[in-house]
Amino acid sequence: MAGITREEVERVVALARLSLSPEETDRMSRELGAILGYVETLERLDTTDVPPTSHVLPLATPLRDDVPSEPIDPGLAVSNAPRHEGSAFVVPKVIEGEEEG
Amino acid sequence: MSGPLGTLSELRDALDAGELTSSALVAASLERAATLGASLGAFIRLREPEARAEAEAADARRRAGRVLSPLDGIPIAIKDNLVRAGEVTTCASRILEDFVSPYSAGVVERLDAAGAIVVGRTNMDEFAMGSSSEHSIFGAVRNPWDSTRTPGGSSGGSAVAVAAGIVPVSIGSDTGGSIRQPASFCGVVGLKPTYGRVSRWGLVAYASSLDQIGAFGRSAADVATVLEVIAGHDPRDSTSLPEPSPPCVEALEADLSGRVVGLPREYFVEDGMAPEVRTAVRAAVAELEAAGAKILEVSLPHSEFAVAAYYLIATAEASSNLARYDGVRYGHRASGVSDLSDLYDRSRSEGFGDEVKRRIVLGTYVLSAGYYDAYYRKAQQVRTLLRRDFDRAFSSCDVIATPTAPELPFRLGERAADPLRMYLGDVYTVSANLAGLPGVSIPCGLADGVPVGLQLLAAPLEEAKLLGVAAAYQRQSDHHRARPPEEA
Repeated sequence: MAGITREEVERVVALARLSLSPEETDRMSRELGAILGYVETLERLDTTDVPPTSHVLPLATPLRDDVPSEPIDPGLAVSNAPRHEGSAFVVPKVIEGEEEG
Repeated sequence: MSGPLGTLSELRDALDAGELTSSALVAASLERAATLGASLGAFIRLREPEARAEAEAADARRRAGRVLSPLDGIPIAIKDNLVRAGEVTTCASRILEDFVSPYSAGVVERLDAAGAIVVGRTNMDEFAMGSSSEHSIFGAVRNPWDSTRTPGGSSGGSAVAVAAGIVPVSIGSDTGGSIRQPASFCGVVGLKPTYGRVSRWGLVAYASSLDQIGAFGRSAADVATVLEVIAGHDPRDSTSLPEPSPPCVEALEADLSGRVVGLPREYFVEDGMAPEVRTAVRAAVAELEAAGAKILEVSLPHSEFAVAAYYLIATAEASSNLARYDGVRYGHRASGVSDLSDLYDRSRSEGFGDEVKRRIVLGTYVLSAGYYDAYYRKAQQVRTLLRRDFDRAFSSCDVIATPTAPELPFRLGERAADPLRMYLGDVYTVSANLAGLPGVSIPCGLADGVPVGLQLLAAPLEEAKLLGVAAAYQRQSDHHRARPPEEA
């Protein structure tokens, strides 16, 4: 699994919803290649039958009592949005083919 | 400019004796923050009018005999990844540059209820990703012992605020060493409590199964005092420990007789650390032994795999957590975009710095189809092996002693072009996060004019035992009293 190709980096960058310049992509490929080369040391360990740890605490998901509480004010909830109208977030048009109304 | 502030216990005694007012104390803290703090890049924002008003209220409470806690009226600094209602929290990132939180973090509420006065928000690596506090849109933080070196990171500003005598105690967060390593580099005490001990409600998430809030101070007793204020169950954090947090401060008087200090043989291998670090840590272990502790070699056989497992798990969680920054609901939004996809891609690319992008891309890769089992699942299995190593070790010892960092504070810019080398410096700290253990870094001497830190680790929930050993060490040594040279 040594290294990572430029094409793979481009695919992952798109998955991560980022866009990089060609120079940044080259540098990212180099740096990730070095890091992935290092983490390959884990392959030396036989982990057959070792259960994974996703979390250190033996916690069950706690359930709160079903008591009504005050929700956050909708106006306050959208107050950090770069663009909003009333209590709605404004985004660029998503669906093609209809005139903007 | 006024001199460095005293320790938390000294300042509390002076307030109690009526020799000092909180107003005067907070004014001195703010003045030092605005001068020395500014030259060290320690703060992102000072709470100038708010802190003064809160200090006057604290003085009025004290005159009325209604002191709220041992932190009442004491100036404190918090890392800029903890939110407060109505105030900007940036995480040192362009993407959150204008973010005004609609609510307050659990820790902030507890500090407020205790009467602590937050004088400022400290500089850090963007989103707590880094070991040098250089990755910040506000510029790098500098080490007060040598301004050409880094203070460590990611909670570098909080460590510097204490080391430079701007505040007696401060709050940071630790995901892979981000409290302990800057504490070591700056010559202060830094405590990362057991995972779940302190509520993460209102802590901007980096890697949720590893993140934990903790404290900096000048002594084990001072961080124990802060821990008692900030620890405890919070139903808003589903990983908050249900157990009440036991008192720590009273446990600090215990001596070391009968205590067993484990030295992991895998940490002390040839070439594992700089010779100056080895010398200082060996001397500290000898002092613990002279003070009555029994020293025992222990084994943590999977230690060499910890950094690899950590960077797979932490980046995977980060890529998931940071997916929320979309340019729509809050945070930076690119202008002149063509469609929604373009809005996401450009807002995120403009808003995140290079180190954050690197970790998002790595984390996305290790979680992607075809690689999940080889990387992410494998790292989680190694996490189990590391936990078992510690379980075994703690069956024969009370605490484990190690260096906090394998080297002295490095120069600003030195690691910028070599992220892997930066990551490898976390070799002694990441295991505590992967296993959920409490850990503390305490000063154990100077080398080359800069501090060296001794790390102590304990089993989960054993903060009192951990800080007890640290306090006993500090009764024997004066390393924690050393202060960086004051500018003439």
